Amino acid sequence: MDKNTVLEVKNLKTYFHIEDNIIKAVDDVSFYVLKGETLGIVGESGCGKSVSCMSIVKLIETPPGKYEDGEILFNDRDMLKISDRELRSIRGNDISFIFQEPMTSLNPVFKVGEQLSETMILHRGMTKKEAHEESINLLNRVRIPNPERIINDYPFALSGGMRQRVMIAMALACEPKLLIADEPTTALDVTIQAQVLELMNELKNEIDTSIIFITHDLGVISEMCDRVMVMYAGKVAEVANVETIFGDPKHPYTIGLINSKPDLNTEATRLNVIPGNVPDLNNMPTGCPFHPRCTHALPICSSQYPDEIILSAGHVVSCWLYSSDINDGGSV
Amino acid sequence: MSNNLIEVTNLKKYFPIKKGVFRSTIGHVKAVDDVTFSIEKGKVLGLVGESGCGKSTLGRTILRLLPPTSGEVKFEGENIFEVDKKMMNQLRTKMQIIFQDPYSSLNPRLPIYDIIGEAMLQHKIAANKAEMREKVIEVMSKCELFPEQASRYPHQFSGGQRQRVCIARALAVNPEFIICDEAVSALDVSIQSQIINLLKDMQEDMGLTYLFISHDLSVVRFISDDVGVMYLGQIVEMGSKGKIFDNPLHPYTEALMSAAPSFDPKSRNTRKRIILEGDIPSPANPPSGCRFHTRCIYAKDVCSTDIPEYMEIEKDHFCMCHKVNGVF
Repeated sequence: MDKNTVLEVKNLKTYFHIEDNIIKAVDDVSFYVLKGETLGIVGESGCGKSVSCMSIVKLIETPPGKYEDGEILFNDRDMLKISDRELRSIRGNDISFIFQEPMTSLNPVFKVGEQLSETMILHRGMTKKEAHEESINLLNRVRIPNPERIINDYPFALSGGMRQRVMIAMALACEPKLLIADEPTTALDVTIQAQVLELMNELKNEIDTSIIFITHDLGVISEMCDRVMVMYAGKVAEVANVETIFGDPKHPYTIGLINSKPDLNTEATRLNVIPGNVPDLNNMPTGCPFHPRCTHALPICSSQYPDEIILSAGHVVSCWLYSSDINDGGSV
Repeated sequence: MSNNLIEVTNLKKYFPIKKGVFRSTIGHVKAVDDVTFSIEKGKVLGLVGESGCGKSTLGRTILRLLPPTSGEVKFEGENIFEVDKKMMNQLRTKMQIIFQDPYSSLNPRLPIYDIIGEAMLQHKIAANKAEMREKVIEVMSKCELFPEQASRYPHQFSGGQRQRVCIARALAVNPEFIICDEAVSALDVSIQSQIINLLKDMQEDMGLTYLFISHDLSVVRFISDDVGVMYLGQIVEMGSKGKIFDNPLHPYTEALMSAAPSFDPKSRNTRKRIILEGDIPSPANPPSGCRFHTRCIYAKDVCSTDIPEYMEIEKDHFCMCHKVNGVF
């Protein structure tokens, strides 16, 4: 593992065994996160973006979930092999999470301050009093007005934007090396979303943490991320830096996704559409899972999953259209 | 004669806040406060605003699904709050609504036949069950659903297909006016574009009039002819979409446009952005004067004391702001 790499996930397979079915929520996914960068993971519901990130700190309930195969390297240790005790010392300390719905991820019966202090008492060995003071500090840093008062409030008394700020404060309490943000602004209004995104960017520069930003919103990806990974049906379709994803996308799914969203700044008379529905994870198409919806599908697409093809440095796509075995690097 | 299908005049909808043993009213949530606008026949009015600004309440009050506090709504010149029950029943077929969540707006115990056909029988659009089935199939195929799906139940459909069922149900009674209340917000991006195209095709083919309520500015820009911007129960700016998007006048509209994430990663460092301070105030206790003054970057003293007038700044472009109205 390169010393600039914070996290490396190799060939991760997280399956769910439900009754007699095996649901391949994450199927042979590999990616890495560099120091200080923001990696965006984008995809539609059920594509495995949340499961792959929750697998990193083993937050998937087992059973029904099962880590079938793969390695997750963080600090030169394989997260899938270390003991629960070690894992607990990493969760919320070196790797922390921000979830979509702050109301369900904050405990409703504890005051904001108590929840904030807990992490610091646990991981940073602070006394109750020190943790209390540090909590006020943290709330100040995420620009919550009157932190002395808010600290004694219960989560229900705060607005959605405020709650998400508290979640961010909590996630940053131990200055993590990696912050995983799972749709952190999806439940927020546009003007509040802009505030929270700006705050996250500022704090990221302050404490030099890496971020994995999971979202279905391409606009947020374009505002926040350095590199982007596009997922479809449990697999990685395409990875590239953010300018390439928007400027020169290669995978037919990436192209479809970008074209199907109307742009705020231009007029259009008709939207481009990806035909069909997102596949049922219970009943996955053979070969490339996107082939039933793909307008460029080749005969081989329905029988065999393509290998990763490196188009240029950092731009990797899994699609037969670019395979030299099939043609000489055709274009979409 | 004007060509307006819907005319809303000084519409208000207040919800009482009750407290104590005797449930005495201690205040009101002013969800919709003195709203006036009209929609021309065959046009799409997009209504944008953040959560709690009253856009859904406005939609429901226009359909008389909620009784108004005061004001009037005219549908083809008829004040819908004054007509009798029988007349209202007839008007109901002309005005339909499509809701956000296709999971909670379809009865899980009814097959698609009955979900779509129920209103046809009720309003005597189909004389009997056989005719109803025929017409259900017809409207389903318009919405790109297959006839063999008609005997299935809602849980057997995906989110996008359910929304197609909701659209088919709305179209079943041959309406003239449809309110789409966040109709595509719960759908995945690739499915969202399919449904938006379907809504647009239906509107063009059948000459429908829409009130398209959404918080997604890019979707509103795509589908609307005119756009209204709501903030805390009031329409603060309204005009053709070209004017609203390319030349926003009200500071709130301006902030809203600049807060929406853009698709161009290269512009993220150069783009002018207005980040509003603070949260949306409570509609139970809105700020005095201009309701936006607590978050407005241009606010002056007059804004906190005087309510700005809703003025026509240029032809068909209305705005409610002291700065734009030329007070300062």
